[in-house]
Amino acid sequence: MVHVIIYILIIFMLLAALVALEAKNLLSSVVSIGAVGFMLSVVFLLLRAPDIAIIQVIIEILTLVILIRATIAVDVHLVKNIRQFFPFAICMVLLLLLFMFASKAMDLLPEFGNYLSEVAPHYLANGLKETGSANIVTSVILDYRAYDTLGEATVLFTAILGAVVLLRRKAKND
Amino acid sequence: MTNNKSGLSEIVKSVCCWIEGFIFLFGCYIVLFGHLTPGGGFAGGVIMAASFILIMLSFGKERVDLLFPWTRSTLVESFGALLFIGVAWLGIYYGGGFFANFLHQKFGGTPFTFLSGGTIPISNVAIALKVMAGLFLVFYVLSTHKVILDEDISKTEKDK
Repeated sequence: MVHVIIYILIIFMLLAALVALEAKNLLSSVVSIGAVGFMLSVVFLLLRAPDIAIIQVIIEILTLVILIRATIAVDVHLVKNIRQFFPFAICMVLLLLLFMFASKAMDLLPEFGNYLSEVAPHYLANGLKETGSANIVTSVILDYRAYDTLGEATVLFTAILGAVVLLRRKAKND
Repeated sequence: MTNNKSGLSEIVKSVCCWIEGFIFLFGCYIVLFGHLTPGGGFAGGVIMAASFILIMLSFGKERVDLLFPWTRSTLVESFGALLFIGVAWLGIYYGGGFFANFLHQKFGGTPFTFLSGGTIPISNVAIALKVMAGLFLVFYVLSTHKVILDEDISKTEKDK
């Protein structure tokens, strides 16, 4: 039953993504991108990953607000839709090749719910005892794999530093 | 409420007055109970940033400048980053490794209660401070700061 719901949601996500690509109005394509994100969060929730679902919902709201604010005043320049044959054909062939390779690679993946890494059962068995955190995701993020979180925090810090430095109002008089 | 002209309409402003505190409180809950329930520093920090962004969208820039000026938010972001690294450094001296959970090794604490998890809640709070101030800063900078070219400056000087 859950699988059927997930497949239906994925089909609607693909449709919304197509609408976002083909929409004439910039605002409507932003809204349909938001629909893709919210459906993705429902899929995460059905796959029993509530942490990721929460983050997906909130980030989607924030990016929607930023994108709508950015696009609401922008004029759209209409471009004549000339689809040349050869670039389109090459693009389609490449997409087909990519799809074939991806389907080959998907066959090699383990089945859903089965793990390959050998540390995963250790985390599941000893996570509560060794870190004292009842939420296993937090114990992995902030204890076993804290280096990853440090790197992610550094990336965010650097990005915000760049934005603030480039867009500050007053330059130094030099 | 000092400047009625800026921001959105009166209905939006009064609704935001009611719910902005609850949104911030929900973010605090997600952060502080991140080691017990789904959520954590990143999700809670984004919720808290969203409450400030709601104030900024509905009331305009002036009210947010009073509540959380951007000089203070840079300080909060740097403090969060330093707190996260400081907890990790303390692990070297007291726990035997970078990011060692020394508080849990020493004091333990009963699982499934608020005082458990050792350094994990502290790291959650640090990440939440960092993410809240950082995302708010990005929104503030992108939506208020304008690039002024030299031609524009000469135009405004001519107008004067």
